[in-house]
Amino acid sequence: MARQVLLGDEAVALGAVHAGLSAGYSYPGTPASEIMEYLVGLAGKGGGFKAAWSVNEKVAYEEALGASYAGKRALVSFKHVGLNVAADPFMNSAMTGANGGLVVVSADDPGMHSSQNEQDSRFYAQFAQIFCYEPSDHQECYDMAREAFDVSEKLGLPVLLRLVTRLSHSRSSVETREPRAQNGLSIGDWKDWTLLPANARRRFDLLLSRQAEIARLAQASPANALTLNDKDRSLGVIASGIAANYFREAVAKGGISPSFLKVSTYPLPDKLVRELVAHVDAVLVLEDGYPLIEKTIRGFFGIPGKRVLGRTSGALPAAGELSPDIVRQALGLAPLPAQGLSDVALAGRPPQLCVGCPHADTFKALNKAREGYAQSNVFSDIGCYTLGALPPYNAIQSCVCMGAGIGMARGASDVGLRPAVAVIGDSTFAHSGITSLLGAAAADADMTVIILDNGTVAMTGCQPSYGSGERLLRIIEGVGVPKEHIRTIEPLPKNHEKNVQVIKEEMDHRGLSVIVAVRACIQESRKKRS
Amino acid sequence: MKQDIILAGVGGQGILSIAFVIDNAALADGLQFKQAEVHGMAQRGGAVQSHLRLSSERIWSDLIPKGEADMILSVEPLEALRYFDYLKPGGTVVTSSTPYKNIPDYPDLDKVLGAVRKAGRSVIVDSEKVAKEAGTSKAQNIVMLGAASPFLALKEATLRSLIEALFKPRGPAMVEANLKAFELGRAAAGPS
Repeated sequence: MARQVLLGDEAVALGAVHAGLSAGYSYPGTPASEIMEYLVGLAGKGGGFKAAWSVNEKVAYEEALGASYAGKRALVSFKHVGLNVAADPFMNSAMTGANGGLVVVSADDPGMHSSQNEQDSRFYAQFAQIFCYEPSDHQECYDMAREAFDVSEKLGLPVLLRLVTRLSHSRSSVETREPRAQNGLSIGDWKDWTLLPANARRRFDLLLSRQAEIARLAQASPANALTLNDKDRSLGVIASGIAANYFREAVAKGGISPSFLKVSTYPLPDKLVRELVAHVDAVLVLEDGYPLIEKTIRGFFGIPGKRVLGRTSGALPAAGELSPDIVRQALGLAPLPAQGLSDVALAGRPPQLCVGCPHADTFKALNKAREGYAQSNVFSDIGCYTLGALPPYNAIQSCVCMGAGIGMARGASDVGLRPAVAVIGDSTFAHSGITSLLGAAAADADMTVIILDNGTVAMTGCQPSYGSGERLLRIIEGVGVPKEHIRTIEPLPKNHEKNVQVIKEEMDHRGLSVIVAVRACIQESRKKRS
Repeated sequence: MKQDIILAGVGGQGILSIAFVIDNAALADGLQFKQAEVHGMAQRGGAVQSHLRLSSERIWSDLIPKGEADMILSVEPLEALRYFDYLKPGGTVVTSSTPYKNIPDYPDLDKVLGAVRKAGRSVIVDSEKVAKEAGTSKAQNIVMLGAASPFLALKEATLRSLIEALFKPRGPAMVEANLKAFELGRAAAGPS
């Protein structure tokens, strides 16, 4: 049809649209945000489908599942840790099955460029016992997103598509094809979708009985490719996703050509794996993530007479993302000659809060207010304000997962830490903070919650926040926080003294307080002006 | 034909605009390309780099192997130095001489520029001054694209048409200033 310049994320989104997508849902998170950004953009230009940011990933998943129940094709996308939030509907959607095609895109972040861990979503597909794609380039992103809807409808199950940062955020050109029409409405059978134990047992039997068909489809995918070298049987390589590119990059000029299996689908194409392993003395497994393939083929007892090399054997680093250089080394190729670094000390340039950021003023006031206390217990959360952990602020002591700050402050307060402070952004609060605050309010827990209301999801590019402004204040009051301990401050340098005073008063209060620091994100303000 | 380029700078300096122009120029000139970029937390005022690969043949890796880069194109001098381990021996460095000092331990600028000059070919342009001449200090990224353009495997006319396409939504004055920035940057690189 046409060649287009697309990010890996965008290629997935466009593949889904051309597969006849009716609805897409997501919560922002690097490196997955651009999938929904792109869908929202297309939908706004008369795309004829629904594309919406959800309040959190669990909600996004359930919205997509509802669209699938109604017979329509639905996409849900998020970063890898978002799948933790959505894990409950995800696992159970393998039980209900999909009526309209349901594709789950989980973008992993090996190397933790913008994440708190590098968990590997392929394990989730294995856990739920569903089909999983792992594209290696932009064309495969487009093609596999399209194909995933067919596989989902054929199997009657959700399909997971795993991305990694380097593919999500790489641009290349993609050949697109004619789009197809959306599905009509067709309602799922209530007995399949109502997971009472009797139904759930029947559904689980069905899921198990489909495993052979899932394995057959995975095996048959043309994206898995085996090349055997009859002249040299010393080494074979299995590489999945973008690791296959690093391998091909290395051998293209390395003067070696080991037998090679590219893996793009899960469950693993076992016949191809067996064929490769039988052919060679040693197998090197290259995968950008946890050693799923490596551990699977080595098993508990290993393969008699064969060596299996990878992240757990020490042939590759156990942590971090792979790179062309790491793969070269694992293949025994010397590093390429390079200009090399100079002797000038390369001062690091870490990310930092923008000049004029409202969070900076809140942290300055909070630090001042805390001076009278020997202990610092500020439990924070996921967002730009996590940068408050770094100098010059050194203002927070924790960041674990979306919404964790409020729950952790409560627990710490329960066992005697005082003052216990939680710092959370407005969108993170809407995502996963409301329920924790409800519990804390019911107990009138001795803690102070500071909600940084900048009106947007700033870190990921200013997506809409649903719990901001007046609505946020009504939520706080609605969950039962005493009105006299709901305070509002405007984090500006000129209000510093006043803000310190408010924070001090509420930290001194023996009970629950919520302080809302209201000032628009300066990135968002700039975006609105331009 | 194959050309591997590391684009470098600080978050907010418009590295991705340079990438947009080169990517789309490559598509228009019938070349294959891959361009890996950085989003999210790494972007906020931190060091930002993008691996940009152009080729008439299939490109495998999205990332450039160390020692493969033909060029480092940087909008900031310290950021140019940061990726010298990616540069081929004898490779080209095109960098702005205007430091972006948002860190306390910024090294001595003369030492930084001295180290840049040790590359096989170095083109150092005062992008701030040239951009102001062009009419907007915001166009330093396009000045540097202009300075790199004599060494890029892309047609000058294609690059110019994509600069037009990029700035068209912001009005004719912005288009004109950025084309001027490109032209002055190209001239500042010296005779090619």
